[in-house]
Amino acid sequence: MGFLEVRDLKVHYPIRGGVLNRVQDHVKAVDGVNLSIESGKTYGLVGESGSGKTTIGKTIIGLEKATSGKILYEGEDVTNKARSRNKKFENYNKDIQMIFQDATSSMNPKKRIIDVMSEPMRNYFNYTPQETKKRVADLLEIVGMNAEAMYKYPHEFSGGQRQRIGVARAVASDPKLIIADEPTSALDLSVQAQVLNFMRRIQKEYDLSYLFISHDLGVVQHMSDDIAIMHRGRFVEQGSKEEIYKNPQHIYTKRLLSAIPDMDPTTRAAHKVERQRVEAEYDAQETDYYDPKGRVYDLQRYDEEHYVALKPEEPNASLQNENVNTGGGN
Amino acid sequence: MAVERSLLEVNNLETGFRFGDVYHNAVDDVSLTLENNEILAIVGESGCGKSTLATSIMGLHDPKNTEIKGEVIYKDLNLLDLNEKLYNRIRGNDIGMIFQDPLGSLNPLMTIYNQISESLEYHSDLNEEQRRARVLELLNQVGIPRPEQIMKNYPHELSGGMRQRVVIAIALANKPPVIIADEPTTALDVTIQAQILDLMVDIQDETGSGIILITHDLGVVAETADRVAVMYAGQIVEEAPVEELFANPKHPYTRSLLNSIPHELEDDDDELHVIHGTVPSLQKLPRKGCRFAPRIPWIPEDSHEENPVLHEISPNHKVRCTCWKHFHFEGEDE
Repeated sequence: MGFLEVRDLKVHYPIRGGVLNRVQDHVKAVDGVNLSIESGKTYGLVGESGSGKTTIGKTIIGLEKATSGKILYEGEDVTNKARSRNKKFENYNKDIQMIFQDATSSMNPKKRIIDVMSEPMRNYFNYTPQETKKRVADLLEIVGMNAEAMYKYPHEFSGGQRQRIGVARAVASDPKLIIADEPTSALDLSVQAQVLNFMRRIQKEYDLSYLFISHDLGVVQHMSDDIAIMHRGRFVEQGSKEEIYKNPQHIYTKRLLSAIPDMDPTTRAAHKVERQRVEAEYDAQETDYYDPKGRVYDLQRYDEEHYVALKPEEPNASLQNENVNTGGGN
Repeated sequence: MAVERSLLEVNNLETGFRFGDVYHNAVDDVSLTLENNEILAIVGESGCGKSTLATSIMGLHDPKNTEIKGEVIYKDLNLLDLNEKLYNRIRGNDIGMIFQDPLGSLNPLMTIYNQISESLEYHSDLNEEQRRARVLELLNQVGIPRPEQIMKNYPHELSGGMRQRVVIAIALANKPPVIIADEPTTALDVTIQAQILDLMVDIQDETGSGIILITHDLGVVAETADRVAVMYAGQIVEEAPVEELFANPKHPYTRSLLNSIPHELEDDDDELHVIHGTVPSLQKLPRKGCRFAPRIPWIPEDSHEENPVLHEISPNHKVRCTCWKHFHFEGEDE
């Protein structure tokens, strides 16, 4: 049991049309997803664009409304209660924070860093100005920045520095879970390495959990303990990092893993053959892994700590002779 | 210089951008060659000058604020001497270009058919019927299903991967011997990226064109390139065949970059390699000495050359400066 539980979460958006602008259909951005988040662990959420991974993060933090399903925080139902002014939900608001992909637009350009970072503190703690300043300096230090940085404006920093400030701000309210939505996708390789290192250091220091949302399978492998692969608003596979990367079962996971560029140019040809084989298999077997409407099946227990969305009745015959490792990239 | 000329030769190219009255070089003394039937990858981080290099070759810079020196030789012609009218005959016909953002490089008000046939109309004498046949052939070649219908569509009706295929079809329309692709897959999902890269390699096999592939993604390089040039701060710091570069990287920058790729952790304290400091801005860039020296301060100053040049350390493997001989990561023994 984790401190945060997401149960059968659905987020549907209405499609309106026709003469009377009636609701004609729904886009099922998230369609029945379960998550359990324990402290100190990192959960990777992987999927291609449009798979609904960002919507899950936004719904947990209250930027989107859940259509149905529950979010439980410490056993209490907090669904759609984020951003509530009710004192009862104060802890939930304080304990869950978010880091965005674009650090520039997530900071007010007219505010200095000290103002940007002290806002969560003002909301949740009664610090004196001296205490605030001290705390901001401490936070900047843990992301490797000078205390003088607090008097500058966001535009005075490079992209990597701004993202580190974004991380520091998320930590300011002393949260338990940080939802990181593509935190390094806009950054160069060497800058990304720096941000990821700081995120891991902070995690150890504060016993934080991360919900790490990314399309980059290499970064997710580096950061996560547990991984969920998303497609069409549902999880196709969920499990420990080792299981997902070394022993993928769902055809979509295999396809995704085989598409990661291989860092060894000498095995290029073999990798390409394997990738195209998986691609062909995906096209041929799509109906075995998705119901007639194209919906992903419910997750089933495949192994300890490994769940796969497979057809309910007969076990898939092709699975037994299909234990080829599709390779996890680098 | 070899008797046989390369397909494309860039000699001592310098591209400077104007800040006030001073020009600062974003591309600084870059020389490279592209052969037929070859994919040359140019890899580097943002701001290293790789895209500026591409726009300089294509003559797409803003002439008021840009100063270009050096030579770009194609078929015994220095492209930099051409006027706009002559350049337009080269662009699209001899050199095709593929940009990162397919939506930005397609006209939203033109059908797919019109966009592709526009280039044919401009550069070839094909009549309407022949153009139509060629457009269909191209759409088939880039793997677009139902080309007959798709060519009547507008760009917004297609997915990102399909749009990028259309952009590639436009670039290929006149069978250009040279193709410059600037981050062609950066905006795409990995599965689509894999398809587009396969497509580019297949097309190159078929047509024998030379492709300059500009990217920041080392995975893309490893999957497609024949030869790689690594750029840092406007200069090529290392150039080698792809197998050699990944197996035997020499320049400190290349080695640092390869070391900061996210990987599976060995233990809890395992950290990614971080390159010390930041890339200097164009105005503050030191124009003398090894440009990477400030990022590796633990390497003694005398290991660097005073005026670093590219040295051929083994056949076809060139490295700038001499600091690579003494380089070791911080905290490691030499």
